[in-house]
This record gives sequence, C-alpha cells and structure tokens, in this order.
Amino acid sequence: MTVVARRARGATSGAGRLAVALLSPTFVVLALVVGYPLVAALRESVFREGTDLDESGFVVEGARFVGVDNYASVFAGESAVRFWNAFSNTTVFTVITVSLEVVIGVGMALVMHHALCWRGVVRASILVPWAVPTAVSALLWRWIFQADGVANSIIGQQVLWTTEGWQAKFAIILADVWKTAPFVGLLVLAGLQIIPNDVYEAARVDGASPWRQFWRITLPLVKPALLVAVLFRVLDALRMFDLPYVLIGPRKASAETLSMLAFEEAASLRFGPAAAYATLLFVYVAVTALVFVRLLGADVIGAARERAAKR
Amino acid sequence: MNTQLRRVLTFGGLGLILVYCLAPFYWMAVSAFRRPSDQFELTPLPAPFSLDNMTAVFSPGVGFGRSLLNSLVVAGTTTVLTLIIGVSAAYALARLHFRFKNAVAALIIATSMFPGISLLVPLLALFTDIGWINTYQSMIVPSLSFALPLAVWNLTAFFRQMPEELEQAAMIDGCTRGQAFRKVILPLAAPGIFTTAIITFIAAWNEFIIALSMVNDSSMQTATVAISRFTGAYGFDQPFGTQMAAGVIVTVPLVVMVLLFQRRIIAGLTAGGVK
Repeated sequence: MTVVARRARGATSGAGRLAVALLSPTFVVLALVVGYPLVAALRESVFREGTDLDESGFVVEGARFVGVDNYASVFAGESAVRFWNAFSNTTVFTVITVSLEVVIGVGMALVMHHALCWRGVVRASILVPWAVPTAVSALLWRWIFQADGVANSIIGQQVLWTTEGWQAKFAIILADVWKTAPFVGLLVLAGLQIIPNDVYEAARVDGASPWRQFWRITLPLVKPALLVAVLFRVLDALRMFDLPYVLIGPRKASAETLSMLAFEEAASLRFGPAAAYATLLFVYVAVTALVFVRLLGADVIGAARERAAKR
Repeated sequence: MNTQLRRVLTFGGLGLILVYCLAPFYWMAVSAFRRPSDQFELTPLPAPFSLDNMTAVFSPGVGFGRSLLNSLVVAGTTTVLTLIIGVSAAYALARLHFRFKNAVAALIIATSMFPGISLLVPLLALFTDIGWINTYQSMIVPSLSFALPLAVWNLTAFFRQMPEELEQAAMIDGCTRGQAFRKVILPLAAPGIFTTAIITFIAAWNEFIIALSMVNDSSMQTATVAISRFTGAYGFDQPFGTQMAAGVIVTVPLVVMVLLFQRRIIAGLTAGGVK
C-alpha cells in the first residue's frame, strides 16, 4: 500500500487497539481448545494414573508425578518396538502418499489447465473424493478390497488386502492417494493459472520443447503453490488416523500410526503414556513444519496473499 | 506436438480424471442399491435394483436417523460458532495494519496443523472429569480447534479480495469503521461467508476421531462413527451393503452441495490453501 493511501485511511493509530478487540475472541477460543490441551498434554505426560506402590511399600492412588518415566518407557522394551513401528508406518505412509499425490496432482492440474471444454464437469468431479468423509471412504475401500471384492476380481487374484502385511499398507496408500491427490491437483491448478502466457510464448519462439517448458517454466513457477500444498498434505498425513483405523482396524502392526497408538492408550485410560505419545507426535509434526518453512522456504502466508491479490 | 495429438491426450486425461474420481464413488452407490442376497455381484449396474439396504439403514434398531441428527447438530453448531467468532478476526487480518500481523496470521494457521490426537488426550481427561462425555459440547468444542483456523483463513482471503474503497467511501460518508463493516462489507461478503460456511460444515461433518473418542453412548454417535460401527446380523460378517447405503446417504448431500457451489468452493479452498 502506498503512503498516500495509508494516510487517506487516517485510522492507523487506533488500528492496533481495534485489531486486539477483533482478534481476541478467536484467540481466547484457540487458547482454550488448542493452547490449554497442549500444555495439559505436556503436564499429563509426566504423571501416571492408577494404584501403585511407592518406595516404602505404601499404596498410592491417583496421578503420580513420574518425571520422564512415560517417555522413557516409550523407548524401552516392548513399547519401544510398538512405538518405532508406528513411527515408521507414519513416516512411510506420509512419504509415499505425498509423493504419489504430488505426481498425480500435478498431472491432473496440467490436464485441467489445458482442457478447453468439460472443465466445469471435471472440476466438480474432482471435488467428490474430497467431500467423501474419510471414514466412509475407508469403508468403501474396505469393500473394494474384500477377499471376494471387486479389486481381486479385476486383478484375478485372491489377495487378502485388509488383514496384515504389505497388502494392508498398499490398501491404505491407495485409498489415501485417491482421496487427496485431487485436492493437490486443485491447489496446483490455482498456481498454474497465475503463470502468464507470454512466458510460454517466449519459450516457444525460442524453440523449447513442451518437456523443457514443463521443467524450466511450469515447475519453477508453480513451486510456491506446490510447496504449500505439500506442506499441508505432509502435516495432514502425519496425523493420519481415520483411514487405517476403519480400513484395517486398530492394533494391527502393519497399519498402526502414531495417532492410533496415542488413541489406543487414551481409550484404555492410560492418559500419561497417551499424552507422551501425543506430545512426541506433536514434536514430530512441529519439526517437520519448521523444516519446510525454513529449509524449503514454503511461504504459507505469502503464497495465499499473492494468489488473493492476483485475483 | 501437433494439435490433434494434444487434443487426444487432453481428452484422454480428462476421461482418466473422471474415472479416477468417480469410479470408487460409483461403486459405493451401485453396491448400496443391490439386494443383500446378491451383494457380492460384480455387474456394473444393480440388477435387480433394490432399496433393501436403504431401508436396513433406517430400521429402528440401528438408530441411524438419530446419528444423522447428531452430525447435523454438531457440524451445524460448529459452523455457526466458528463464523461468529472468526469473522471479526478475519476482517482484522485482511484490513487493519498493526504490529505482529504476520505473526498472528502464522499462529492461527499453525494451530490448524496440530495433530488432533495431541489435543484430544488432555481434553478427554478433562471432559471425563467434568462429566461432558456423551454430550454435544464435548464434540463441538474440540471441533473448533480445526474449524476456526480454517474459517478465519478462508474469510481473510475473501475480505482481501474486496476493494478497500468500499469502506473508505462509507467512512467518508460518516460511518465509523464498525458501521462500515456491518453495513457495507458484511452484506457484500455474504458469498464468501457462505462458501466458508460450506467448507467448514463439510470439514466438521466429516470429523471422526473427536466423535469417536468423546462418545461411547450409541445414541450420541455422529453419522461417520455410526457407519463404521454398524454390525451385521451374523456376528463377524461386516454388513457392507448397509454400510455402503449409509455412506451414500451421508455423502450425497455433500456431493450435491459441492456440485452446486463448485466454483466458489474451489476459490475458497485454493485461497485458504487449507483442507
């Protein structure tokens, strides 16, 4: 905004106070539903519920302060195996699904960008997977992947998809990619639409092949939009819960994610360990987000603003 | 590349996208309208067509009508609350100039990325203590954690698109900023607010983990949880037909909304860049 325009508004002095007034309802609510639980989770993760014996052999009841015990027990013995399995499942699902979604999403965006007709129909249909509730889509894929379901009859094999092992992982990845690749496609399409046509014109005059145009023009220019899409998808995939929970089921080694692990503990009222798992997942998500913003320069706020401004 | 080949490729691509997006959904619909006795048929059309699965969903013992109502109450209240709370914050972020604005915006967007389970574990403990388990508020309050940032983000993008001259003109004509907002901006932003409402509603309607943790009384279950818990008449048999029928019932209103407001929703989704 120019200086003149700023002066014309003349209200900048009171803007700070007004902003506080307008923003405070949102911040109060977020402090209650996000801030408080985060602190409480941290606090809870250093306590342990239940009846126990203290050092001198007395019975103690209720929550006891146990320091880093909950965390220590996450990384020790049997629960360590379960934790690292859930950790690797979460990571594997995230890396594979997001990579596939990027490739498929960019492909979809390119096709939609070049399409002259049918655009409305395709753009509407692409919202369908996004609108289907994840739990329902998980059931849908469970039905497709039934032993005598349509997937097996198409490939003419008898694979038990939804039990355990690599098949279960494959089913989860496929179902997740189906649901979210179109969403990535939409975000990338929005990024494609702000690339001016002259750039391609110039490249064509200079004799650049379509392939070269894609790598040298499209991809670099769509990168900001793509990075934001990838960041959102990665953070979303790291907390994956509904899909493996409904598609494969709880307590299955090949499908258990960190969210499911924390949920299982909480559902059995072991809030201390559950909070420890949840806090570890939170740290994992936060570190990933930080890496994206710092190292790869995903400009979350800027990208949205730019797009809004160009419209 | 010659134009002929390009057209063929584009059309092929469009066809592929259509099949990709719609085929699984179509399969759900087809399976929903089969007779339970030929549930495992693989014909592309349900023959004979049957509403047995649909009536099974609404049979008295299932209580699915109640679950739909629960979903409607939870998602509806979440949406309304979110809009009331979020609209002023979005306006401040879009229009006012104040210190730490970027930090505030970043903080709001960051809250939407926190894993749901990290918030749920302590809230579950808290709600157990204060007797909120199996209530609507136990689902609505945690839902605000993802719905509010989403709505603020979308609304901010919409407010930014509106020319600033609108308020300036109103303020020159003697309105205060508050009046300008209420009487000029808000009516004009109605389409944006409506779109945000749809996106928020869909997100809240599709919510699963909160409803799963906060409720163990089946009469308070939301539709998504209820479907995943349908039990068959024969022990371990999963009643896929009924589940597909219920899935169609839960999804079709959303799909209709999406088709009607396709253009707006896409504008909202890509402006906010959030799910």
